[in-house]
Amino acid sequence: MPEASVPSYGAWHFGPDRWRHRTVTAATLAWFAVLTLVPVGALAKAALMGGWAPFRALAASPDARHAFILTILATAASVLLNGVFGLVLAVLLARYEFPGKAILDALLDMPFAISPVVAGFMLLLLLGPKGLLGHFFEAAGVHVVFAIPGIILATLFVSLPFVVREVVPVLKEVGLEQEEAAQTLGAGPWTTFRRVTFPAIRWGLAYGVSLTAARALGEFGAVLVVSGNIIGRTQTTTLFINQEFADFHFEGAYCAALVLALASMLLLLGMEAAKRFAKGTS
Amino acid sequence: MSIIIKNLSKRFGDFCAVDRVTMEVPHGALVALLGPSGSGKSTILRLIAGLEQPDEGEVFLTGEEATGLPARKRGVGFVFQHYALFKHMTVSENIAFGLEVRKVPKAEIKKRVQAMLDLIQLDSFSHHYPSQLSGGQRQRVALARALCPEPRVLLLDEPFGSLDAKVRYELRSWLRRLHDTVHVTSLFVTHDQDEAMSIADRVVLIHKGRLEQEGTPRELLEEPATPFVRDFLGMPPLDEPHW
Repeated sequence: MPEASVPSYGAWHFGPDRWRHRTVTAATLAWFAVLTLVPVGALAKAALMGGWAPFRALAASPDARHAFILTILATAASVLLNGVFGLVLAVLLARYEFPGKAILDALLDMPFAISPVVAGFMLLLLLGPKGLLGHFFEAAGVHVVFAIPGIILATLFVSLPFVVREVVPVLKEVGLEQEEAAQTLGAGPWTTFRRVTFPAIRWGLAYGVSLTAARALGEFGAVLVVSGNIIGRTQTTTLFINQEFADFHFEGAYCAALVLALASMLLLLGMEAAKRFAKGTS
Repeated sequence: MSIIIKNLSKRFGDFCAVDRVTMEVPHGALVALLGPSGSGKSTILRLIAGLEQPDEGEVFLTGEEATGLPARKRGVGFVFQHYALFKHMTVSENIAFGLEVRKVPKAEIKKRVQAMLDLIQLDSFSHHYPSQLSGGQRQRVALARALCPEPRVLLLDEPFGSLDAKVRYELRSWLRRLHDTVHVTSLFVTHDQDEAMSIADRVVLIHKGRLEQEGTPRELLEEPATPFVRDFLGMPPLDEPHW
């Protein structure tokens, strides 16, 4: 699809207001750089000071490896579950009327509004050994808190809204007409979704999923409370970084932090590139 | 009779959009559903298509009861005012959609799509996306997409409503000629009395959700049943001089 041309004031170095434009643009870019690029640069400099040796040490450390695997697991679970349920929830919110919809819509942002540490405590109280639901699980011999299920639940909770919040506006913008057209042409609900609705929202969904993954990779507070931070067992990458730092193992902390930061940035950059590619092809 | 509706009513909250409308569309005819905006004519069309469900009344399509059937099982072709083409599919893919969901063999689909492309004279645009077409071309593609699965009836909702005057005029006479070759029973919604009178075999005039008058264009012009019909068709009231 050819993109509609974006209205603009023209090339920034022409026109009577060019100096004002240049100043505003430069100031904005500088502000953005100070907030984002410079800190990443500082981290990269600190981590790369010792050459590749600290990275090799990190890769050889069983605790670090376990922490990374746990983070990947929690992220994969969030992407999968929040991707599927987020999509269903988005379709419900954008396409159907049901009692309690306004409340659901408002509550959906709760994970954004509540501090992750507080969210962690809520899960702990609910699912801990003496919690409302927790003692059922304990009776069944399933450990939720201070174990991997708790970590996954906490990560699911904090990354819940992204897919819904990205997909609902896209669904609303696409509108009902194409879906109605598919119905009159004989398509059932599933065919309509697969061939008409999904292709229209796939980039919104992909973006929501990328944000979910980035958030899940970086989750700290909720997981800290729920996991118990047991080294080599329930320690995720962010907890590992914090531990290394507290133990004065700065090199390990910097290296692990850089890996995590780069993973998140690659995710978002890859997403942006994919979006451009998609616009170029169809 | 290809389309029969009996005592059809539809309310949205307190608003009665369609009020006990009974009408018929003869087999093979091109009929206009005419009325001012907000008169309920589009709702009638959506009720016939199954995109809305009536509060009361019945719909029959080619002699079979269709009330309560979902839209996908009614076998109607529907053309939307804003085309509603699938944006991520090419012209050919759009036209083929109705046959693909019916699991028609590939070779057959290819043949039918080609026939449709010839019919709408857009053969050279078969691999274009809707965004690369003009408004008039998009509406022709929408028409071909609706006709391709050989629907029992064709329903068109303000089909020329979002086109500029010149294209509008060309396309409506093109639709009339197309109808004379394809002969599918067609009902189209319009608020433009000139459009209705010039291409329809029969006109159904709707006002405030009710059927005001039904007949051939000539009958409506010569014997308007109510002052509203006379007024809406642009004739001066009988008791006033018109200079």
